[in-house]
Amino acid sequence: MLGTTRDKVQGAKHETRTVSQWSGETLSWKIADGVIEVALHRAPCNELGSASLEELEQFVTALEGMQAHAHALILCSEMKPGFCAGADLRELYRRSQAMDKAEAVKGVRDFLERIHRVLNLIDAAPLTTIAAVHGVTFGGGFELALACDLLIADKMARFCFPELRLGLIPGFGGIPRLKRDLGNAVVRDLLLTGRSFNATKAQQIGLVSQVVGEGEARKAAQAMAAQLKKFDQATAVAAKKFIKPIPYEEFRREIDLFCELFTSPAVEAGLRKFVESRDRQPYLP
Amino acid sequence: MKTTDQTLEEILNLAAAHFQVSRQKLSPDDDFFKTLGIDSLQTLDLLTKLENHFHVELPDYELQGVSDFRTLAEKIQARL
Repeated sequence: MLGTTRDKVQGAKHETRTVSQWSGETLSWKIADGVIEVALHRAPCNELGSASLEELEQFVTALEGMQAHAHALILCSEMKPGFCAGADLRELYRRSQAMDKAEAVKGVRDFLERIHRVLNLIDAAPLTTIAAVHGVTFGGGFELALACDLLIADKMARFCFPELRLGLIPGFGGIPRLKRDLGNAVVRDLLLTGRSFNATKAQQIGLVSQVVGEGEARKAAQAMAAQLKKFDQATAVAAKKFIKPIPYEEFRREIDLFCELFTSPAVEAGLRKFVESRDRQPYLP
Repeated sequence: MKTTDQTLEEILNLAAAHFQVSRQKLSPDDDFFKTLGIDSLQTLDLLTKLENHFHVELPDYELQGVSDFRTLAEKIQARL
């Protein structure tokens, strides 16, 4: 029994089936030789919307069954522009425009609570998790990578928290996780300027474990995972739990603040600007 | 320390190689979005290449309104 996924069926009854690999619309996973590999593949750059969230939820359900047979999880992207460009802002804008403000905030809170659950399960998973990133690793994509224990970046990876440009803060747990890993001055720099920075800088500030050649991150993660297999799994899990606190209370406060900010007119204006922009530089500040 | 013209030449060479266009097609005052046919995500790729090559850090907000290679060279030069 290598993994389970709950298929949604009509009515209250759910079926479970075992899977050693699975491929969906936005991501796929497989487990081989104790290593789970999750590959994101939603065009254009793995924007995290409702489809991605549903499949991530399916994945963490399957992870419950797989993790006893695995010592490592690798998260990577098959999309050329990068690991993940963040939340699907077009979907967010479209849906929020189709409902009144109170409903929209409720919808946002629901989404945030669900994505937090996914990321918290990855964060706390009893195996070593490795994000192998390249290209654009922005916003929610950056937050997804930060949920992992280790980050391997190819030299073209670029990181950013651009949320301030939209009148928001990162809402998928990014600030508490960044604070966990880095000094407060660096967190302030990234958050308050909304600027992007490259893999070299990311390694200098202690965020990235290894910087590798273009296109080599996944391979480097696989080599790392092979090394991890040599260690006693129970000891590795205990060590991880000891050294890696999960700031659940801060996550709750982050969700509250995000939902509060979401009601501001600046957010609607920021989202509209991004969605309707014919600007040549929508991803530049 | 290299001159701005040297920096500019290196940028043009890097851009040509990265986007696989002939170096002869690129001029200092070209609008690189138009000439290279790139979008903002690809511009960030170019920025990363330049930062790695020149060993500088150039905040991307400094690229606001920058669309020609010459101005880009001046921005890089200021960080050398």
